[in-house]
Amino acid sequence: MPMTAHEIENLIKDAFPDAEVVIQDLAGDGDHYAAQITSAAFKGKNRVQQHQLVYQALQGRMGNELHALALQTSVPDNT
Amino acid sequence: MSNPVHEQIQSTVDSNDVVLFMKGTPMFPQCGFSAAVVQVLSHMGVPFHGVNVLEDMEVRQGIKEFSSWPTIPQLYVKGEFVGGCDIIREMYESGELEEVLKEKGVAAAA
Repeated sequence: MPMTAHEIENLIKDAFPDAEVVIQDLAGDGDHYAAQITSAAFKGKNRVQQHQLVYQALQGRMGNELHALALQTSVPDNT
Repeated sequence: MSNPVHEQIQSTVDSNDVVLFMKGTPMFPQCGFSAAVVQVLSHMGVPFHGVNVLEDMEVRQGIKEFSSWPTIPQLYVKGEFVGGCDIIREMYESGELEEVLKEKGVAAAA
């Protein structure tokens, strides 16, 4: 079962309550998404570590139900 | 490290400067994300060792546990996991990838 953008956003916000999340359904098929996530939780972490945090938030769905999620992570400007 | 697949992966990334775990081969990538990374490396003239995970289900699963990274492709430079498709593309565009390769002493043809 593919995931909805809403489900993805909820999982991310559960893990990072401060996060600003923008999700795009790239192909309109509910299977290829891009997400931009801004959260203070990423501070001091390199990109690999930031993306690993997001994958953890998705609780194993990435690579399974969720086929493609292009990630862009960043830290808010004011932190 | 007692998992034999992890040991096999470790020895692959130890014995090759640049390793790309991918779907398909460098000549015939079978996934757009793998193809994108191949394209970046080829464009930069970086020699790399491609491992086709579609040929080995144990490596396909094992590599995900090895790096705590759920997707393919995965790029390793001098034994260190550098990133998947998004990160490699971002690092290439910012010039960071070239710096990392240079720092690690991997020669890229101009």
